[in-house]
Amino acid sequence: MEQAAKSYKRARKLAKWTPYLFISPWIVGILLFTVGPLVFSLIMSFFNWPVTSKPKFIGLGNYSKMFTDDPQFYKSLWITLKFAIFYVPLSLGISLILALLITQNVKGVKIFRTIFYLPAVVSGVAVSIIWGWIFNTKYGILNYALSLLGIEGPKWLVDPNSAIISIVIASAWGVGTMMLIFYTNIKGISPDLYESAAIDGAGPFRQFWSITLPLITPTLFFNLITSTISALQQLTLVLLLTNGGPLKSTYFYGLFVYNNAFKHHKLGYASANAWFMFIIILLLTALIFRSSSVWVFYENEVKNKPARGGKGK
Amino acid sequence: MKTSAWYKTIIYSLLVLFSIYFLFPFIWIVLTALKTESEVYQYPLVFFPGGWRFSNFVDAWNAQPFSKYLLNSITITVLTTIGQIISCSMIAYGFSRYEFKFKNGLFILLLATMMIPWDVTMIPLYMQFNLFGWINTLKPLIIPAFFGSAYYVFLLRQFLMGVPKELEHAAKIDGANDFQTYSRIFVPIMKAPLTLIAVLNILSVWNDYLGPLIFLQDRSKYTLALGLAAFKGVHELQIIPIMSITILMIIPPVIAFLFAQKYIVEGISGAIK
Repeated sequence: MEQAAKSYKRARKLAKWTPYLFISPWIVGILLFTVGPLVFSLIMSFFNWPVTSKPKFIGLGNYSKMFTDDPQFYKSLWITLKFAIFYVPLSLGISLILALLITQNVKGVKIFRTIFYLPAVVSGVAVSIIWGWIFNTKYGILNYALSLLGIEGPKWLVDPNSAIISIVIASAWGVGTMMLIFYTNIKGISPDLYESAAIDGAGPFRQFWSITLPLITPTLFFNLITSTISALQQLTLVLLLTNGGPLKSTYFYGLFVYNNAFKHHKLGYASANAWFMFIIILLLTALIFRSSSVWVFYENEVKNKPARGGKGK
Repeated sequence: MKTSAWYKTIIYSLLVLFSIYFLFPFIWIVLTALKTESEVYQYPLVFFPGGWRFSNFVDAWNAQPFSKYLLNSITITVLTTIGQIISCSMIAYGFSRYEFKFKNGLFILLLATMMIPWDVTMIPLYMQFNLFGWINTLKPLIIPAFFGSAYYVFLLRQFLMGVPKELEHAAKIDGANDFQTYSRIFVPIMKAPLTLIAVLNILSVWNDYLGPLIFLQDRSKYTLALGLAAFKGVHELQIIPIMSITILMIIPPVIAFLFAQKYIVEGISGAIK
């Protein structure tokens, strides 16, 4: 009897640790690959940290240099902001229009869905090569097509005035994932709503404004945030399409940080740059958390929680 | 009825218009890849290649050690996929089937890690991997995958939340311990969402450029993405081999996507519900 009680106790004790055992890879991983580096990066941001010589503590020196003594910081920030201002509404608009199109009851719609999503599976390197060739000033198909229409096309990547727009166009090519997120949301709306609206005489546009749009606002906001974050972090395409040029017109913030770290080897300074971006992103995410209806999985969390005081001690 | 016909016309025109934007670049690089050098640089542009030179692909492949790059890309992709499947399924199982102290706090932390910009951790990670002696090896690109990824854990957890509790009770009555319940009952149930994360992982790892760019130095360690980008730098004007390799590099992810299209659509809808 006593023996059984003892082994039961031991089993209970073991059972207490079981869930932690299951999540232990994540705990180890986050300490090793996220929290550790994050803390270290914060520490580094207070140091003058060249690769070749010893790091030197300079307090807020990197931050004050960034704000007062580095015109490129503001330029890069402004370029990135400009990109976001073009890219975010455009990508949201296109992906929403695409999602609406592929939820229409027309023939061949599945093929169109595949076509629209396809570029999203292509890598940044391939995207940069494909669009670099399309934008080519001399042999590019885009300006050739425009010339057939009697229009003289811009010089795209070569002209500082059009380089950012070119990157927007190439980036917007990959909105497939955002489209799918809208699509599944719209698909989930009850058809009854549309039927009764149709009986009341509402046309497709009226139905969109009064039913679809209000019901997809959480998704819209989710996509808005993810799209903004990815716009702020844009790097691969810029690195490969223009490498910041021409005349630094596409010297994005991501490239600014990357070059400071891996080209100029100013690791402390680059860490401060990166932390500044992190804070901006955190502020944006705070927006999400404030509006609880938007983070839908949060609602789930609350729903699935057992009643308070039911379990435990 | 008349308005409906109009409506359909508009829908179809838009569908076709957008298809041109999304599909034409693919067509254009295929046509370019099959041309001769002189055809590429002809003006006014010639649309269709005269000779349809499929040998261009072979020439491009031999211009750099692409077989080596391919092997590296495959190694990284396969191993990270295995790593993600094992670790994420375990982690998601722990988060969804148990009550434990700090669970909600830890889960919020997991979600929060998705917001960290890559460059914040990249610099110290580089130094850390340098300390481990991992720079210029494939390890930094593979080993972290065995510790889970927040987004995939989140996707799997969303799925598992919908699986009834009775299942593990039944397994327990049959004498299965926790690990057996996980591996023999829950892993098979998770087949669909695990396929989804496998495909998502394949797409992102296969296409990754920044990771390999930062961690790899020797040509022999290069992945396809790096080799392709290097091509661009060295042979600025050799557009045909560049296009050929681009096409070859796109094929595997496209196939992976076409296979798993159903899972991707369903998986994304599952995650945002």
